[in-house]
Amino acid sequence: MADKLAMVVFSGTVDKLLPVGIIASGGVAMGLDVEIFLTFWGLNAFRKDWVNRNTRFSKDYEDMAAMMMQVMKDKNVPSWFETLKKAKEIGNVRIHACAMTYDMLQMKKDDLVDIVDDVMAVGEFVDIAKDAKFTLFI
Amino acid sequence: MSHEEEKVKVIDARGSYCPGPLMELIRTVKQSNIGDIIEVWSSDGGSQRDIPKWTEKAGHEFLGVIHEKGYDRIRVRKTR
Repeated sequence: MADKLAMVVFSGTVDKLLPVGIIASGGVAMGLDVEIFLTFWGLNAFRKDWVNRNTRFSKDYEDMAAMMMQVMKDKNVPSWFETLKKAKEIGNVRIHACAMTYDMLQMKKDDLVDIVDDVMAVGEFVDIAKDAKFTLFI
Repeated sequence: MSHEEEKVKVIDARGSYCPGPLMELIRTVKQSNIGDIIEVWSSDGGSQRDIPKWTEKAGHEFLGVIHEKGYDRIRVRKTR
């Protein structure tokens, strides 16, 4: 069985979602299975009607958001979503929606982009993450 | 290099940032046959480190780097 990398994605801002895509890419490149748990703002970022419109940045770097978005556009840096999608095409990336957030925000499977695999309760994810080489909270 | 007469698949990933060129290489290697040579063109400095590392880890053969103006041509042979 391949080694595993787990990520809990709590944040829904572009500056934190891009590293999620990039680290997932590095993980699959090196042959790791990647398990991602989306909760709160992290899950909200995977809504179909928001995923490509999202330009929010962390409060700390808000004043630099417009400049960074422009730099990324000028340099043709793929979006966090494209980056994550590519990683999933190349290797084993499983993306789980937190059941609690999902229920609280009254989501339906159809509200979410199709790279989300399933809805999972926290216990099940922790059980997966306990066998991971490392787990990140982003 | 002594592979000039062999067919080389070229991936032009210039302008793409880490991990773009590596991901393109992995995708192409997956779709190639054993023995194929794949050459990635990359202007991203990280590729020079990432690609040899990946090649070793994935069990393929790293054939070397040709430095051009503003980019590198990185060659790998699929061996398994």
